[in-house]
Amino acid sequence: MSDQNSTSEHISSLKTSIGIWLALLAGTTLTVLAALVELGPFNIVVALLIATIKAILVVLFFMHVKYTHEKLTPLVIVSAIFFLFILLSLSMADYVTRLWR
Amino acid sequence: MLTNAAAVDQHAHENPALLHHFASEEQQKNAASLGMWLFLAQEVMFFGGMFCAYLIYRYKYFGDFGSASQQLDLKLGAINTVVLICSSLTVVLAVRAVQLGRRKELVGWLLATILLGLVFLGIKADEYAEKFEKHHVPGASFSYHELLPSQEKLPPSDRRYADPHHAEMYFSLYFAMTGMHALHMVVGVGLFGFLTYMAWRGKYSPGYYTPIENAGLYWHFVDIVWIYLFPLLYLIDRHR
Repeated sequence: MSDQNSTSEHISSLKTSIGIWLALLAGTTLTVLAALVELGPFNIVVALLIATIKAILVVLFFMHVKYTHEKLTPLVIVSAIFFLFILLSLSMADYVTRLWR
Repeated sequence: MLTNAAAVDQHAHENPALLHHFASEEQQKNAASLGMWLFLAQEVMFFGGMFCAYLIYRYKYFGDFGSASQQLDLKLGAINTVVLICSSLTVVLAVRAVQLGRRKELVGWLLATILLGLVFLGIKADEYAEKFEKHHVPGASFSYHELLPSQEKLPPSDRRYADPHHAEMYFSLYFAMTGMHALHMVVGVGLFGFLTYMAWRGKYSPGYYTPIENAGLYWHFVDIVWIYLFPLLYLIDRHR
């Protein structure tokens, strides 16, 4: 039984899961606190940076991507992010430059 | 012919959950997982369209969005973020419990996830009710008369108010995005209700728990969407 399973699955350790959970809670507190400080245009940058770090922690540890042997999973994730980036950047390239003369 | 039948026979005895068109348990599990990730990739594009609309209007109506954002309850939004993060942990613990073959623990963590999901939806419903009371729901009865951010310090005659049409656009996006997110939560709670029933009947074991794993991936994805929605909707210009 054990050698059948050891190749395909990872049982996440309690310590890691709780550590990630605490990091996510700390990230939430940090976002709220950072939003209350005047940083000019960097408020949104800091907010998105913290959100992205939290999202990466969830994907890698809670969604077990860090431990997967399936190489197609990271490929799917990276292409999803890539196409999202195309959607956002090309749309904004239009709206941001409309007033340029 | 005989060897073929013997091979099929052996295949069937390995694990009752292993379907005949897969060579091994690992292949079957990887195929199910990849399918789930592809589904999540199209969910990224689905929510991406709304995030794109948000980005464009926030860029155009920045001050009005700041004013409208401050009508939301920061405390409730933060509590809901914490609730969702906790529910993600209970999902991780549910997957761990089924991997270790602990049925009662699995049912317990699944129930905890449902409970946290319902707490989230309850708080969201309370926030929506407040929006109806304040006439901040886009439509015929929408009314908005609030200052732009950082106008309170100015003498009354110099104060500038947010454009109600721009604020209405903010609330349209607010309801579209949090509404779609809440709909995903409702689906997730239903899914976990079904899984709890099946887990209670002993359907899942360390040899077969793909539905728990994939529902977990879905739940974590919905959590990630909220991780972005919270700062984007609740935390615009809060420092003023």
